[in-house]
Amino acid sequence: MAERPAHNYKGFLGWVEDRFPMMETWQAHLAGYYAPKNFNFWYFFGSLAMLVLVIQIFSGLFLAFHYKPDTGLAFASVEYIMRDVPGGWFIRYMHSTGASAFFIVVYLHMFRALIYGSYKGKRELIWLIGMAIYLALMATAFMGYLLPWGQMSYWGAQVIINLFNTIPVIGEGLSTWIRGDFVLGDATLNRFFALHFFLPSLVLPALVFVHIVALHAVGSNNPDGVEIKQGPKGNRWSETAPTDGIPFHPYYSVKDILGVVVFLIGFFAILFFVPEGGGYFLEKPNFEPANALKTPLHIAPVWYFTPFYTVLRAIPDPFFGTLAMFAAIAVLFVLPWIDRNPMKSWRYRNTAHKINLLLFAAVFLVLGWMGVEAVTPAFKELGTRMTQIYFIFFVVLWIHSNPSKAKYVMWFGILLAAIIAYDFTFRVPGSDPEALNQMLIQAIWPVGYLALTLLLPAFKASCNEEKPVPDRVTG
Amino acid sequence: MKKFIASVMFALSASMVVSGTALANEDGVHLESANVNIHDQASLQIGAKYFANYCMGCHSLNFSRYNRVAADLGLTEEQVTKNLIFTRTDGESTKAGELMKNGMSPKQSAEWFGAPPPDLSLVGRSRGSDWIYSYLKAFYVDESRPMGVNNTVFPNVGMPHVLWELQGLQEKECTKEGEGEHAVEHCEMKTVKAGSMSPAEYDKVARDITNFLTYVGEPAALHRKSYGVLVLLFLGLFAVLAYFLKKEYWKDVH
Repeated sequence: MAERPAHNYKGFLGWVEDRFPMMETWQAHLAGYYAPKNFNFWYFFGSLAMLVLVIQIFSGLFLAFHYKPDTGLAFASVEYIMRDVPGGWFIRYMHSTGASAFFIVVYLHMFRALIYGSYKGKRELIWLIGMAIYLALMATAFMGYLLPWGQMSYWGAQVIINLFNTIPVIGEGLSTWIRGDFVLGDATLNRFFALHFFLPSLVLPALVFVHIVALHAVGSNNPDGVEIKQGPKGNRWSETAPTDGIPFHPYYSVKDILGVVVFLIGFFAILFFVPEGGGYFLEKPNFEPANALKTPLHIAPVWYFTPFYTVLRAIPDPFFGTLAMFAAIAVLFVLPWIDRNPMKSWRYRNTAHKINLLLFAAVFLVLGWMGVEAVTPAFKELGTRMTQIYFIFFVVLWIHSNPSKAKYVMWFGILLAAIIAYDFTFRVPGSDPEALNQMLIQAIWPVGYLALTLLLPAFKASCNEEKPVPDRVTG
Repeated sequence: MKKFIASVMFALSASMVVSGTALANEDGVHLESANVNIHDQASLQIGAKYFANYCMGCHSLNFSRYNRVAADLGLTEEQVTKNLIFTRTDGESTKAGELMKNGMSPKQSAEWFGAPPPDLSLVGRSRGSDWIYSYLKAFYVDESRPMGVNNTVFPNVGMPHVLWELQGLQEKECTKEGEGEHAVEHCEMKTVKAGSMSPAEYDKVARDITNFLTYVGEPAALHRKSYGVLVLLFLGLFAVLAYFLKKEYWKDVH
């Protein structure tokens, strides 16, 4: 075994340090971890995600003291928590608000990675581990939503688990295996409770741990996308540390405290004043106990799943819809290998790339909005068009990898032809006149999207210009 | 940057136009605003009285306890025991610490009404107060229904008009304007038999019952906002300190 570095700690700290690398770890990951000095607003969400995980684990623990995973008792036990357990309503609202807050924070954290290219420069594994965290988070949230055993809990889980039925050959067996029964019932509730405890208390912290270990090995990216480790060396604290780095503690720890307080102001404002979040954080039908004989008028998943729910509904064939829904998540995994542009930050990339990312964010929001609305011809078409753009985004991202050599007009033609071919093969046959009319009108979305991201840089040189990346971080 | 924001705003506003027509015809029984105030104790007490006397025979409040209602409504346990408890548990008068159940068997009531009367502990949250208030006012005479009444807010509901003695009976009168496809139906309620209360008095009783059910839906709502004010005041102060702490530490970063 390698020798451990010598230390100068005296007294109790020295006694501990001889036996356990406490200060060594503190030094490696906090006081001596040099982060770029130019982090901005977008860099709060990593630490906030950890805060919300802690909130969820502890509020969840206290809920589990009183909750009963039994179809006959679950709903009443939640109301018991809300009424008879001292402070129970506070614990429950912490948990329900925390669930939505978790996704808000994580989506912003992921968008940060997108705009500053934080999955590049030997950071692919950080992104993959992060995606694994996101998957575990979605699984946890989905199973947690069943636990109150309300109408939406029941029917939401029913819809999602039945999706597996659409898989050829193994589908039926798979969904029975997930439910633990032929119908959604006590066996399902029991195992979802167990998994809802197991995943976030064991799997999520382990994944977060390796996420941070990988990050601290490579070093943090920053809004300029400049590698501070490749820049000059030596700063006030260390001769070997990057000049543009500052110790995480105390600089970013005090900065993150400010971020935490501002976040908590928003969090508690929702918790105390609008805990139902306008029916989005706690859905109204979920205040009725699950009833297998009474299907709610509209089954809508909670808001953080609705973008993918819209993708599912955009394709009428159940199996291909399910496939598209999982593909919409799976494609995010390979993002580092789609965006081949060596430049990281959007600050220095061409205008078309910036438009592409902003439109992607807008499309994701519209997909989410469509998922909570009842299906009308106009909304159905909007959801379908947004789904098309969602997937085309990744192709356009790849085309933007090399702007000076990209054949924009050719790709515009290919992608437009692909959409038209898709529409005529799968969507036009059997459509009623109103659907066709909507299809025609709302073709403006993909055409407009392609025009802004591909034709604009093709014909307006200033929109295709990349700026030189500075050698050092700015600001 | 401004350009992109502008383009995003444009895309969003354009999609609003597309959806505008769809939003307009969302399913629509018009609900009257209940305008309840759960901090109005007198109203809650009247609501509890009417609920116990007129509703509770069929509708339980399974998640609520008598003594919690007493404490929240400013009543003594004795007052609640005397005025609100009409049931017996195991042969003895139900105690104030027990849940507000009733004696109706769900199986029998399903035979009588087509479906067992639902528990109303959470109706204030699942349906909302405007719905309850409008529902209580929306019964009208309809001889085709088993109970002789129907409801515009909850069409073909199995429930009889329990408060008819107070409200009286009303009939729905509809007139059609225009012809064919473009005909618009206007319906109005017309009192055919006066009740013991004036319309204004009945509205107040309906509002008080709604208020009580809204409170029962979430008793924590009585106090949660006052906690919220304190928490936010504390955090606001903390934010100022955190801001200056950060500024102090960061003044040597260039």
